Amino acid sequence: MPDPQPASVYDLDHKAEVENLATFAVLVDNEPGVLHRLVGLFAARGYNIESLTVAETDRNAHTSRVTIVTRGTPHVLGQIEAQLEKMVSTRHVQDVTRDPNGLERELALVKVKSLGAERVEALRVADIFRARVIDTTHESFVFEITGAPNKIDKFAELMRPLGLVELSRTGVLSITRGADAL
Amino acid sequence: MHQAPQRAFFIALKASLKKATAMTAHQTITAPEAADTEMMSGAEIVVRSLLDQGVEVLFGYPGGAVLPIYDALFAEPRLRHILVRHEQGATHAAEGYARSTGKPGVVLVTSGPGATNAVTGIVDALMDSIPLVVITGQVATHLIGTDAFQECDTIGITRSITKHNYLVKNVDDLPRIMHEAFHIATSGRPGPVVIDIPKDVQFGKAAYQGPQAVTHAHDYRPQVKGDAGRIAEAVTLIAQSRRPILYTGGGVINAGPRASALLREFAELTGAPVTSTLMGLGAFPAADPKWLGMLGMHGSYEANHAMHDCDVMVALGARFDDRVTGRLDAFAPTSRKIHVDIDASSIGKNVRCDVGIVGDAASVLEDMIAAWKAMRLSVDKTALAEWWKQIEVWRARDCFAYTPDSKLIKPQQAVERLYHHAKDKDVYITTEVGQHQMWAAQYFRFEDPNRWMTSGGLGTMGYGLPAAVGVQIAHPDSLVIDIAGDASVQMTMQEMATAIQYDLPIKIFILNNEWMGMVRQWQQLLHGERYSHSYSESLPDFVKMAEAFGAVGLRAEHPGELDDKIAEMISVRRPVLFDCRVTKEENCFPMIPSGKAHNEMILAQEARDLGSIIDDAGKRLV
Ligand SMILES: Cc1cc2nc3c(=O)[nH]c(=O)nc-3n(C[C@H](O)[C@H](O)[C@H](O)COP(=O)(O)OP(=O)(O)OC[C@H]3O[C@@H](n4cnc5c(N)ncnc54)[C@H](O)[C@@H]3O)c2cc1C
Ligand SMILES: Cc1ncc(C[n+]2csc(CCOP(=O)(O)OP(=O)(O)O)c2C)c(N)n1
Ligand SMILES: [Mg+2]
Repeated sequence: MPDPQPASVYDLDHKAEVENLATFAVLVDNEPGVLHRLVGLFAARGYNIESLTVAETDRNAHTSRVTIVTRGTPHVLGQIEAQLEKMVSTRHVQDVTRDPNGLERELALVKVKSLGAERVEALRVADIFRARVIDTTHESFVFEITGAPNKIDKFAELMRPLGLVELSRTGVLSITRGADAL
Repeated sequence: MHQAPQRAFFIALKASLKKATAMTAHQTITAPEAADTEMMSGAEIVVRSLLDQGVEVLFGYPGGAVLPIYDALFAEPRLRHILVRHEQGATHAAEGYARSTGKPGVVLVTSGPGATNAVTGIVDALMDSIPLVVITGQVATHLIGTDAFQECDTIGITRSITKHNYLVKNVDDLPRIMHEAFHIATSGRPGPVVIDIPKDVQFGKAAYQGPQAVTHAHDYRPQVKGDAGRIAEAVTLIAQSRRPILYTGGGVINAGPRASALLREFAELTGAPVTSTLMGLGAFPAADPKWLGMLGMHGSYEANHAMHDCDVMVALGARFDDRVTGRLDAFAPTSRKIHVDIDASSIGKNVRCDVGIVGDAASVLEDMIAAWKAMRLSVDKTALAEWWKQIEVWRARDCFAYTPDSKLIKPQQAVERLYHHAKDKDVYITTEVGQHQMWAAQYFRFEDPNRWMTSGGLGTMGYGLPAAVGVQIAHPDSLVIDIAGDASVQMTMQEMATAIQYDLPIKIFILNNEWMGMVRQWQQLLHGERYSHSYSESLPDFVKMAEAFGAVGLRAEHPGELDDKIAEMISVRRPVLFDCRVTKEENCFPMIPSGKAHNEMILAQEARDLGSIIDDAGKRLV
């Protein structure tokens, strides 16, 4: 961990810093090319995109909300936030991970193919996770599950030995608790 | 989650950003608003918006996809169109115009090859924070995506090289986009904005709206005023320092002449020495005893040593470029750093700082001066005197000394003599890229901002000649000199014809060493003297070339004729190509070898065997 105020201050050995996941909610002007510009910003600077969701959220105000999950050292995350802020089309950037009131949710569709005891167990696990069955055949289920991303990870992990054959995830969405809005 | 200090800083910064009142620096000439509902063609809207934005000159080159705009220009005497010979020339000319006036530069080019030729200048403007509005023609909207004649994805190509860009799909949006583009290009950290206008949109009709009438689609209001708490913190730190230094950059030039005036006042108040990046030359007068010269890779001995040993560094509109910092972990190791920048992403990007202030250099300097006075701060006079004593020791090394030759002209001498002849004139200098550029920075001295135009960030050979065209357009009666290299000048030589056409008496002063000198220097020092493809076995006869263009050609080969020839160059009221034959194998010193610290710089006298000084890791750096 870098010393916050070392005597020889400017050791910028970012390699030694730990990488963290971070989720940014970005409110942008909804215009052609804005997503390209945002993704290009990540690509050009070698930042990771772990997940990305985007949709128009206010037709009258012409705004879209982008939720982007990325990974980096604290220094890189600081740069990402500053670069996102810098885009002309950006209205607000919120670091949801840092915000104690940050909520993150994801939706996944999970196809499990199995028979007999495994099929029963899959249903039981789904019940514990409050996943809904939205399609079934004699040898398969499609579950719909929502929750924090790590809950979905966990669910998928448990389903894998029970016959998981396909997984489709929306990517992370976020909002904060309380009355304040982005 | 663990938060490193940079990040903690950024978080605090954001909080302060939210509170501060945002302002913009852009000024527009008020339009005659009565005409605001007039119906016009897209092409007419373009022309009208330019006029309402106070544009007087644009640099361009016609083609099929901009013919309607050229048609609208035909009947418009208030807009001066400068016809260049290559679209790259238009962009650099616009940059020169912008840098020397503080106004945005405007470019008009056609689709496809017109747009791609403009790309180099657009990147150059982005890297050096120059405000440009570049209008490109595009094929008609219904043809976009069909590989139509001279179609290219201009908006895709320029997305990562512009501050912002637009494809205008509907003529109704055109007035808004035109005015918004000027606002974005000129406010905050300036930069290039591209507006791609399909031909059918140029023909389409819409109601025109003036700059005050349009509603911007983007809520773009960069932070101008610095946080008062941080400013108080900064001045306190400076007052407590024993070895302060002001490290200024292009941002002070961007902030306008007022920032330069305030910088002088602040330096006077604190007694601190001042150094500047290549991009900031002129913001502080070279004649002032507090001036240490440029810092960085080819900076002065005193500037780099003072940077290395300072205890408080005030970075004003400078971005800690790798040419400046050298080895990062040995960069000013004992210092606290204050960083003032209008772009929050510049702060903490390369070098961590202790006090980051987001804001315009002029506004923050003004507040710093006010805070200094209000808090009745003063410097430690004894410590400061001690510091200056040390600086004078470094200065006494006379790092720019060179040995003149009786038969051959030394390039340093050429610039020195040029300076001697030009210094009392109303002079503007542009450069190409290479050794000559560094010698120009070292031996020409600037007393005022906006007098020095060079390609720093991108390092574009071929910048200087067209930039000189743009500067001369803006300052028709001034002396405009491009300090050039023999290789660079050939990259945009065609713009001599532009200079002739518009009767622009630009002086192209070529330090002709027959080499790509900067490349040769690196090959000598770092690649075992293997001079791979850096010698121009064939060069044009620059004197004849001048004559072929209709310009004046001059040549100096001996030190004895240098003064007379320079005087002649300056006195003719016509464009001049000056072929100044200089020693071929001169190296540019001082130099901080790649991967080394400021206090490990080498001087000309010591520069025997650099290969052994620079380690393998250093050789891998650019
Ligand atoms: C061959 C070659 C050699 C070079 N050698 C050297 C060298 O030895 N020394 C050297 O210094 N450079 C050198 N350079 C130039 C170098 O590459 C960089 O271009 C330069 O150092 C950057 O200057 P700057 O930090 O002033 O930043 P600029 O590129 O001028 O950027 C300006 C900064 O100020 C900020 N800013 C903009 N407007 C404002 C405002 N209104 N208020 C506050 N802040 C604002 C911007 O956000 C930005 O961070 C060399 C270039 C070449 C081609
Ligand atoms: C467009 C472009 N291509 C290549 C380079 C790499 N480069 C930097 S300096 C230089 C040589 C410049 O030679 P010259 O103009 O003669 O200047 P000198 O160094 O000899 O003064 C080259 C090739 C560059 N900066 N720009
Ligand atoms: Mg040369």
